[in-house]
Amino acid sequence: MEFKYDVEGGNFAKAGHAASAVKKVLKQLNVNPKVIKRVVVALYEGEVNVVAHAFKGRIIADIDPSRIYIKIEDQGPGIPDIDLAMQVGYSTASSKVREMGFGAGMGLPNMKKNADKLQISSNVGKGTVVELTTYFNS
Amino acid sequence: MKVCDIIEKLGLTVFSGEQGLDREITGGYTSDLLSDVMGNSEEGQVWITLQTHKNVMAVASLKDVAAIIIVKGFQPEEGTINQSNDEDIPLLGTDMEAFEVSGRLYELLNN
Repeated sequence: MEFKYDVEGGNFAKAGHAASAVKKVLKQLNVNPKVIKRVVVALYEGEVNVVAHAFKGRIIADIDPSRIYIKIEDQGPGIPDIDLAMQVGYSTASSKVREMGFGAGMGLPNMKKNADKLQISSNVGKGTVVELTTYFNS
Repeated sequence: MKVCDIIEKLGLTVFSGEQGLDREITGGYTSDLLSDVMGNSEEGQVWITLQTHKNVMAVASLKDVAAIIIVKGFQPEEGTINQSNDEDIPLLGTDMEAFEVSGRLYELLNN
């Protein structure tokens, strides 16, 4: 099963729509609630990153009986130093975004903690691709 | 303890989400950083925060918190109220600061 969601850069009112939709699908499939929680945390953080940093993005969620694979692809500034971006507390978010309680430098670490596999590739000035895989019986 | 019990005991305002007032409370989490709540809160907790915008509801819903308490007399935004009603997650308010309401909720839940 494959699901696609568009993400609009800067539109915080819609942040979380993909995570919410995926949560409903996984619930219907009777996936272990603990696994659903992990998937949803990782996906929400990825969604917020696109909203906070990119112009636009697309999320593809591919679900089979053993796992969910999520690809978050955006057109945006890219990440010059991925290792640095992975550090807890490091953030390039604007002050406006921080005032909303985002941009604490916890997004990517949360994604890493809550996915079985996390792969990030980025082209500075073009965009970023984040791939998350989580197994249902992990 | 249910959400309706703490409303009475702590004198909280109910802004919205009345359908969720019989939700069971397992604990509390106090934070204004959304990623912190996303990463560390647990299902059934009451989330205490000063944030009032709609993303609070997105996090609350994804994490299945029992209710949200907005502190210091802040008013939730309209979009936040609407989503609280859609999700049946009560949005509550108090004039107390986060420190005080957290302490009083802790005391209630641990006695």
